Amino acid sequence: MISKTKRLLLGIVIAANFCLPQESMAGDSKDEVNVGSKKFTESVILGEMAYYLLINNGINVIHKAELGGTQILFKSLVQGELDIYPEYTGTILQEILAGESIKNEDELKDKLASMGILMSEPLGFNNSYVIGMKKEIAEKLNINKVSDLRNYPELKFGFSNEFMDREDGWPSLQRKYNLPQRDVRGIDHDIGYRGLENGSIDVIDLYATDAEIDYYNLKSLEDDLNHFPEYQAVFLYRSDLVTRNPELVKSLLRLEGIISESAMIKLNAEVKLAGKSEGEVASRFLERELNVETEFYQVTIIDKLIQNTYEHLFLVVISLSAAIIIAIPLGIVTYKIPRFGQLLLGLIGVIQTIPSLALIVFMIPLLGIGAKPAIAALFLYSLLPIVRNTYSGLKDIPLQLSESAEALGLPSKVRMMKIELPLASRSILSGIKTAAVINVGTATLGAIIGAGGYGQPILTGIRLDDTGLILQGAIPAALLAFGVQGLFELLEPIFVSKGLRLGENS
Amino acid sequence: MLRLKNVSKKFEELQAVSSVDLNLWERETIVLVGPSGCGKSTLIRLAIGIIAPDEGEVYFKGELVTPENLMEIRRKIGYVIQEGGLFPHLTAIQNIRLVAEYLNWDSDKIKNRIKELTDLTHFPVGALERFPLELSGGQRQRVSLMRALMLDPEMLLLDEPLGALDPMIRADLQDELKEIFRSLGKAVLLVTHDIHEAGFFADEILLMKDGKVLQQGSIRELLDDPVDDFVKKFISAQRNRV
Ligand SMILES: Nc1ncnc2c1ncn2[C@@H]1O[C@H](COP(=O)(O)OP(=O)(O)OP(=O)(O)O)[C@@H](O)[C@H]1O
Ligand SMILES: [Mg+2]
Repeated sequence: MISKTKRLLLGIVIAANFCLPQESMAGDSKDEVNVGSKKFTESVILGEMAYYLLINNGINVIHKAELGGTQILFKSLVQGELDIYPEYTGTILQEILAGESIKNEDELKDKLASMGILMSEPLGFNNSYVIGMKKEIAEKLNINKVSDLRNYPELKFGFSNEFMDREDGWPSLQRKYNLPQRDVRGIDHDIGYRGLENGSIDVIDLYATDAEIDYYNLKSLEDDLNHFPEYQAVFLYRSDLVTRNPELVKSLLRLEGIISESAMIKLNAEVKLAGKSEGEVASRFLERELNVETEFYQVTIIDKLIQNTYEHLFLVVISLSAAIIIAIPLGIVTYKIPRFGQLLLGLIGVIQTIPSLALIVFMIPLLGIGAKPAIAALFLYSLLPIVRNTYSGLKDIPLQLSESAEALGLPSKVRMMKIELPLASRSILSGIKTAAVINVGTATLGAIIGAGGYGQPILTGIRLDDTGLILQGAIPAALLAFGVQGLFELLEPIFVSKGLRLGENS
Repeated sequence: MLRLKNVSKKFEELQAVSSVDLNLWERETIVLVGPSGCGKSTLIRLAIGIIAPDEGEVYFKGELVTPENLMEIRRKIGYVIQEGGLFPHLTAIQNIRLVAEYLNWDSDKIKNRIKELTDLTHFPVGALERFPLELSGGQRQRVSLMRALMLDPEMLLLDEPLGALDPMIRADLQDELKEIFRSLGKAVLLVTHDIHEAGFFADEILLMKDGKVLQQGSIRELLDDPVDDFVKKFISAQRNRV
């Protein structure tokens, strides 16, 4: 029975190794270039432009799209996880290099260069922040400029989480304009529009090139005190690219100065409102403006589903197998050395209280972006149910059974393998089942740090306000959770002796 | 065979066993009787080293029992725990051969031994593949007994081996057990709280109360010459029931 368990675990590990995605295999290979983008449409489009431009030059490119916040991308760039990503000058000055007193562009370039980063010339549009509200309400209240907001302290503000925190965001805007509003919430940028629609929010932050301005019939308020700095779009790239592949840099820089503000609004609208893919929009643009023949191909829903399933299973199988292999021995230790065990359970319990999103992001400084940090976080998350159930399964063995086992004269290792673990098997298996179901759900968050999986369509769906796309991730994730549950029910007769199951039924 | 020398055991404030001396010879059957909670099971646990005495020593065949020789000694003792103690996840036959398998006996030897044991205990061979929960109470007791006898131990410790059985089966099993003891010629230390059963099995009876041995002797001696009122009451309470 135990040897069966061992064999199965071994099987899982081997299977998991076989289905390692190629990108994690390829790892640090020299000629591979990683393009990153943030999790909003414009950034993804710019990332796709770089991707198609470079792939057209025969370069081995990977686009890690829709990664979390600015800090994650910039750190990944500095550490070499990424080679290129689109950024805005205002973001670099106000957020990445906040606290450095940088007066002009030369100083900025010097500072970046000292970190091993180069900056392209502006791509052609200034996507600065603007403050916006529904045209209808603005006209009724006669609000045209940001300073007009002073007269309406009851208005409800909903700002993107990033805007709430940044140097040039809400706190300094409030000071500069002396705004009196109290009801100010941090929300996801994409959810903000819906808040405006249903009236739960009156005022939001927008980007100047947002596709939704026309669609939702919004008014951008004039920044009459010149609060917002410029947000020229640029590419940041690692300076070692220049030596690694000068041709590559040359072709990337062909994007300089060719994307106007109105062109960008149109591109954004094509994706967000007309439902085209970023790849298609980006490659058409390259064909139009640079005469670049791109090999764009439409990915079918089925292809995507297979890809997502594969990535999701990869995260779950690896993290869960590792958790099983580590957590069962930890559960045994907890049982054998209760004092140490209580400490251990406490510690793992604390990990469990860290919100899963935060835990995943905490892993980035240690493991970079992609599948690795997601697997590490999922692994930590899966420990507690298994350790706890192993421990309680062993502890709940009736005294007369542990006593008979001892009296038979079997050494404690044999007792553990032949008697105690099998007696605890039901509890252990149910711990693993709990861990697996939690794991499948939590793995959807991995998409935020570039691990892919069912979270990817969910993330894209939220960004594009596309319920269908959200369901493309949510439904398979739910089905997988059910499937996992069913699988463990099927496994029970194999791992839990019939003699124990008899007792449960009567 | 077994010698307890002045052993005492305390659970927190409770003196479960105090200064007990016991000598069990080869082929002898000693029966421990006494009211519930008087320390009978504790004494048996001390004998097989599941708990260590606070004071006193335990000798097995003249050798002091220590943590080093404990495992080996245990395999020379068959122990049937109160309430059976069969492992529910293993079938009857798996329970019986567990230790023999660990000791790498070859399968013919195991098969033959189990055949002997089922004959000895009149256990239906067809029921060997059943799990404990699929057996009757009497059958479970027999399986416990076979497990204890598997390695042909030199001594048997039986803690209420006929505990929760109905009177008919109990009487049958009493006969069988006595037959087994006689034919095997083992040293037996048996616990019961039934004075008839004690009289039926015992060469010598130890009557305990509150962790102490009140009186030691044959059933006749206890009947004819009780050392105090308690002994008299303990015996007559059960006699007068019928
Ligand atoms: N592990 C333990 N911890 C604390 N107290 C215990 C422990 N084991 C037994 N005792 C106590 O020691 C006393 C003697 O227990 P023991 O099991 O030896 O009684 P017994 O004579 O076998 O009783 P019974 O006839 O009911 O089986 C009881 O009062 C019991 O509550
Ligand atoms: Mg008892």
